[in-house]
Amino acid sequence: MALMTRSRMTRPARPRPRATRFAALLFAGALAVSLAACAKSQRGEDEGAADAGGSGGTLTFGAAGAPHLFDPFYASDGETFRVSRQIFEGLVGFAPGSSTLQPELATRWSSSADGRTWTFTLRPGVKFQDGTDFNADAVCANFTRWFTQTGVGQNPALSYYWIENFGGFADHAKPSLFDSCATAGASTAIVTLTRATGKFPSLLALPSFSMQSPAAMARYEANNVAAQGESFSYPPYAQEHPTGTGPFVFAGYDQASGTITLRRFDGYWGAKAKLDRLIFRIIPDEKARLQALQAGDIDGYDLPNPGDWPILRGGGFNLLVRDPFDVMYVGITQKNNPALRDLRVRQALAYAIDRATLVSAALPEGSQVAREFYPDTVDGWARDVQQYSYDPQRARDLLRQAGASNLTVNFSWPTEVSRPYLPNPQRIFGAIKEDLELAGVTVNPVSKPWNGGYLDDVDNARADLFLLGWTGDYNSPDNFIGTFFGTLQNRFWLEAAPWGAALVDELHAADAEPDKQTRTRMYQQINRELMGEYLPAVPISHSPSAIVVNKRVKGLVQSPLTAEKFAPVSLSG
Amino acid sequence: MLRYTVRRCGHLLVVVAALSVLLFAWLRSLPGGPVSALLGDRATTQSRAQLTAALGLDQPIPVQYLRFLGRAATGDFGVSTGVAPGASALSILLQRLPATVELAVLAILLAVAVGIPLGYLAARRRGGWLDGTAVIASLVGVAVPVFFLAFLLKFVFAVHLGWLPTSGRQSAGIDATRVTGFFVLDGLLTREWDAAGDAVAHLVLPALALSTIPGAVIFRITRAAVLDVLDEDYVRTAHAKGLTAAVIRRRHVLRNALLPVVTTIGLQTGALLSGAVLTERVFAYQGVGQALALGFERRDYAVLQVLIIAAAMCYVLVNLVVDLSYALIDPRLSA
Amino acid sequence: MSGTRARRIDDLATRAVLPDTGAGLTRSAARRVRRNPMFLTGAVLIGSFVLVALLAPWLAPHDPAARLLEHQVIQARDQIPPVQPGFPLGGDADGRDLFSRMVLGSRQTLLVAVLATVIGLGGGLLLGTVAGALGGWIDSAVMRLVDVLLAIPSLLLAVSIGALFAQQGQFTVILAVAIVQIPIFARLLRGSMLAQRASDHVLAARGIGVRPGAIVLRHMLPNSLGPVIVQSTLVLAIAIIEAASLSFLGLGAADDSVPEWGQMLGNAQDVIDSHPQLAFWPAGAIITVALGFTLAGESLRDALDPRRSRE
Repeated sequence: MALMTRSRMTRPARPRPRATRFAALLFAGALAVSLAACAKSQRGEDEGAADAGGSGGTLTFGAAGAPHLFDPFYASDGETFRVSRQIFEGLVGFAPGSSTLQPELATRWSSSADGRTWTFTLRPGVKFQDGTDFNADAVCANFTRWFTQTGVGQNPALSYYWIENFGGFADHAKPSLFDSCATAGASTAIVTLTRATGKFPSLLALPSFSMQSPAAMARYEANNVAAQGESFSYPPYAQEHPTGTGPFVFAGYDQASGTITLRRFDGYWGAKAKLDRLIFRIIPDEKARLQALQAGDIDGYDLPNPGDWPILRGGGFNLLVRDPFDVMYVGITQKNNPALRDLRVRQALAYAIDRATLVSAALPEGSQVAREFYPDTVDGWARDVQQYSYDPQRARDLLRQAGASNLTVNFSWPTEVSRPYLPNPQRIFGAIKEDLELAGVTVNPVSKPWNGGYLDDVDNARADLFLLGWTGDYNSPDNFIGTFFGTLQNRFWLEAAPWGAALVDELHAADAEPDKQTRTRMYQQINRELMGEYLPAVPISHSPSAIVVNKRVKGLVQSPLTAEKFAPVSLSG
Repeated sequence: MLRYTVRRCGHLLVVVAALSVLLFAWLRSLPGGPVSALLGDRATTQSRAQLTAALGLDQPIPVQYLRFLGRAATGDFGVSTGVAPGASALSILLQRLPATVELAVLAILLAVAVGIPLGYLAARRRGGWLDGTAVIASLVGVAVPVFFLAFLLKFVFAVHLGWLPTSGRQSAGIDATRVTGFFVLDGLLTREWDAAGDAVAHLVLPALALSTIPGAVIFRITRAAVLDVLDEDYVRTAHAKGLTAAVIRRRHVLRNALLPVVTTIGLQTGALLSGAVLTERVFAYQGVGQALALGFERRDYAVLQVLIIAAAMCYVLVNLVVDLSYALIDPRLSA
Repeated sequence: MSGTRARRIDDLATRAVLPDTGAGLTRSAARRVRRNPMFLTGAVLIGSFVLVALLAPWLAPHDPAARLLEHQVIQARDQIPPVQPGFPLGGDADGRDLFSRMVLGSRQTLLVAVLATVIGLGGGLLLGTVAGALGGWIDSAVMRLVDVLLAIPSLLLAVSIGALFAQQGQFTVILAVAIVQIPIFARLLRGSMLAQRASDHVLAARGIGVRPGAIVLRHMLPNSLGPVIVQSTLVLAIAIIEAASLSFLGLGAADDSVPEWGQMLGNAQDVIDSHPQLAFWPAGAIITVALGFTLAGESLRDALDPRRSRE
C-alpha cells in the first residue's frame, strides 16, 4: 500500500477523459483489479524514479511506426526523419515553426551569378558525437558519399531524396545536378552544380542531406546496403551507430518493446537539450496512441486523427496545429477515358465538387479550399488564377457542350490509410461522389487498400479519377508541381495531353532560372495555366496536421514541415 | 507407437511443405506489394519499375520460390520490408513469438482458473442459479466480438480508471535486460522486479480479453465432463458402497472429468492465435498477431511467410503432442 | 493433425447415427428441444432478427445512405447529429440516420451470415461427401487439404482470402468467412458418412443392390442432417462475428452506403471515445443475434447427444 500511495504522488496528474458515459460500463472484474493493484505499484515506482533521476527527465513520444533505419540518407519516411532530426543537422535548416531557411551547420552561404557555385562558411568548433571534427572535409565527404552511391544504393527506395533532387550519380548514367565539392581551408566548402536550380540550397535542409560523421560511417560501413532476397539489408551504421552533430545522441533501439532511446549530447555546439532522455515508443494503432496519451503512458504523439482534436483539447492536452503545407487533389488520368482529355469535362468536375462544404464537414479546422496546387506560403503562388466555385448547373452545361452528358468514370479511392492531407478517405470520397452524381456523372467506385493495389493502379495510370495528395518537403514550387507534372508518363498521363510536353518544359525552365524574381513570375504563369488551360487535376484542399503533447511538455514548436525539434523542450511538474 | 509418431511427423513435413508453396504463391498474387509500401505516395512509374527489378519481384513466381528455397537452405528467410524494415524475418519471429506465447499462456491460465472451478461447481449444483448464470455467461462470452471486449476493457481499466497501461509490452522508461525475450521471465531471472511487474501489468488486460473464449469452452467442457462422470456407474457404485461425498468427488469425479478438459486446453492454440491478432492490435502489443496484421497491411512477404508457417507449425505440433498422448491412452489408435 | 475444432466436429458427426439409437434420434431431439428455455430464447432472438431484416425497408424511416443531417456534422467541433424527432438514434458521422442504418443493417448482416454459411456448407458438402463416400486415396488427399486449411488460424485464413480480392466488397467478406467454414463442414460430413458406412440401413441398402450414388443421396445425407443443422446454426453466429472482426482489421466492405452491423462497428472504432453510441448499437445488435444463434445451436447440440436423451 505504501508503494501505491507514493506512486500516486509522483505520477503526473492524469487527465480525466471526458467520456464519463463509459463509467456505466464498469463491470465487475475482481481478478483484474487485484492483479492491477500490484502491477500498478510497480509501474508508479519506476516512473517516479525516472522523473527524479536527472534534471531534465524523460519524454516519451508515441510514434506510428518503426523507422526504416537511422541513416537519413537512405530514408524517405517520416518515422525515420522524426528520429534523425534530433540526432543530425544539415548545412542549412528551417527556422522553428516555419518553412523559412536559416543557418545550421553553415553560418553563411553565397552563390555565383550563374547559380552554379555555392560557397558555405561553416560553423567553427562543431564536433560529431563520436568526437571527430565537423569541417569542410566532412562536408565534402558527405557530398561525395551521396554522389558515389553504387548498386542498390542508387535504388529509389533508398536514395529517394538524392534522385528526386540531384538526379543521377557519379557513374553519369543519368545527368546529375551535383558536380563537385571542394574545400578552401577547414571552414569553407564550395559546392559546384551542373546547372542553376531554385531548390538549392533549400533542399539541403532535408533530413536526408544531414551531415554525418565520416569516421563513424567508415567504421560501421555506412554504404554497405545490399539487396537481400526481396528486401534490403542495412549496415551496422544505419542500425546501431548513426552519428551526427545534433543535440541528441542515439542510445538504442529495443525492437522487442518498440522503443527508440536518445540521450542528450553534452558536447553539442549550441544550446544543449533540456531533456535527459527522449524516447520514441512505437504504437502503430492511432486509437491506441490517443489512449496511451490519455492514460499518461506517453507524453505526446504526432498526427492525431482530426476527429479526436476536440477530445484532446477538452482533455486538457496541448494540441499544436501546424500551418497547412500540403495539398489534396482529385487526380485525373487521361490515359483510359478519352472524355477526360477534354478541358471542359475536367472543368465540369471542378465546378461539380462542393469544396467549401467538403472542407468544413470532412476536414479538420484550419483547412482551406485549395485554389491551386500548393499553399500560398510557397513561392510563385498566383492570386489571379481561374476559380471554380461550386456550380453544378455550370458543370452540367460544360459536360453537355463537351458531348459528355452521360459521362461515366471509374473513381479509385484508398482504404487502410490515413494521410495528413487525406484524413478520412472514405468520407471524402463519399462526399465527392455525391457531388459528381448531382452533376450527372455516373461514378463507378473502385476501392482498394493503399498498399494492396490502390497505389499500383494510380501510379500505373489505371484509374480515371483518384484521390491523392502531397505533403511538402521544403519551400519550393518544384517540390509540389515539379513532382506532380514534371514527367509525361505519370499518374495523370500527360502524354495524352497536347500541352503535356510544354508544361514539362516550362517546369524545367522555371526550376533552372537563377534569378529569384524571374523564377517567381515563371511559376505564377505556370499556376495560371495549370488552373485555367490545363487543369490536369482538381486541387481540393490544404489541410493542417497537428502534434499533441500533454501539459507537462513545454517549448515544443510545431513546424509546417513536421520538422519539430525536441532540444528546446522541457518537462514541468 | 513409434511408427505412429514417425508417420505423424511425416504428415507434419508434408503440411509445412505444402503450406510454404501455397503461401508463397498466394502472397505474391495479392494485389499491391512491398513496392507500394516502400515508396508510398512518392512513387513514380519509373521508381516502381526500378525497385521491382531490384527486389527480383519481376521474376516469375516459380523462379522467386526457388530463389527463396536456396536462401532458406542457408538459413536466410528474408528481410522485413514493412513490419521492421531491415530486420531479418527470423529475428522478428524470435522477438515476437515469446510475446505472444507469454500472452497466450497467461490467457490460458486465466481461462483455467475461472473455467474449471466454475464448471465443476455448476455441474454439482446443476439447474441452480450459479449454473444458469454461468452457462448464460459462457454463451455471451462467445457471442461478444473479442476486439470489442478488448476495447471495453482497455477503455474502462486503462484509459478511464488508469489502473493498467493501455498498450505495449513495457513502459518506456524501463531499462530492462533482455535474456529470453519473455519479459516477465527476464525480469525474474535478472531480479529486475520492476521490469517483471511492469511486464505483467501490460499483460493483464489483453490476456483477460483473450481468455474469454477459451474460458467459456473450458467451462462448458468441464461442466459436461463432470455431469457425465456423475452419471457413470462407478460413481453410483461408490455412493452405494457408502463412501462419503467428499471422497467420491476427489477420487472419482474430478480426476476423471479432468482428462477431456486437459486435452481441450492444449487444443486452443489456433483460436488463441486468431484472438491474438485482434487483441494485440487493440493493445498495440508487440506480438505475432500485430506483426501479422501489419505484415498484411504493408505486404511484408518475408515476415508473413515466416510467421504464418511458424504459427501453423506450432498449431500442428501441439496437436501432434495431444494426439500422441491420446494414442498412449487409447491403444486402438496406435495400431 | 486435427484440433479441438476437428475433434468437436467428429464428435458431433457421429451423434446422429449411433447404432443403438438409429435415425429416430433427430426426431426425438427435435421434440425435446422444443421445451428447452435456452432454445426458445434463442429462437425468439433469431425470429425477431429475421423479421426485422425482412421488413427492414418498411421499418426504416429514412434512406440509410442519404446524408440527411450532413449540415449538423462539424468536424472541427467533433459534432455529429444528436437524437431528434424523426431520428430516434441520431445521426452517424456522415449525417445519416443511425436508426435506419441499424434496421437495414440487419438485412445485410443476415445476408452475410446466411450466404457465408450456405457457401461454407456447399463447399463442405461437396468435399465431405466425395471424400466420405469414395474413401481411398481421394479421401486421404481431400482430408490432407482440409487439415492444411484447419492448421491455419481461422481469422488469418479469412484475412488472407479477404486480401486476395482486389475490390473490397461485401461479397469478399462473405467469401472470406465462408471459405474458412468449408473444411469444418467437410470434416463433419465425412465423419458422418464414415460412421454410416457400416450402419445397418446402409449395409441393407447395399445388400439389395442400391447404387452407391443413390445410397449417398437418399440414405447417408439425410441422416447427416442433424449435425449439419447444429453446425450451421453455430456458423451463423461465427460468420457475423468474423465479418465484424474483418471490418475491425480494415478488411470489411469499403462501400458503406449499404449498411452492415460489423462494418458499422468496425468503422465506429475511430469515434468510439466521442460518440460511443455509434459502436454500441451495432455491437449490441451483433452480440444479441450471435447469442441467439449460439443458444439455439448449443441446445440443439445437447439435444442430439444420446447421453442426454434421458432428460
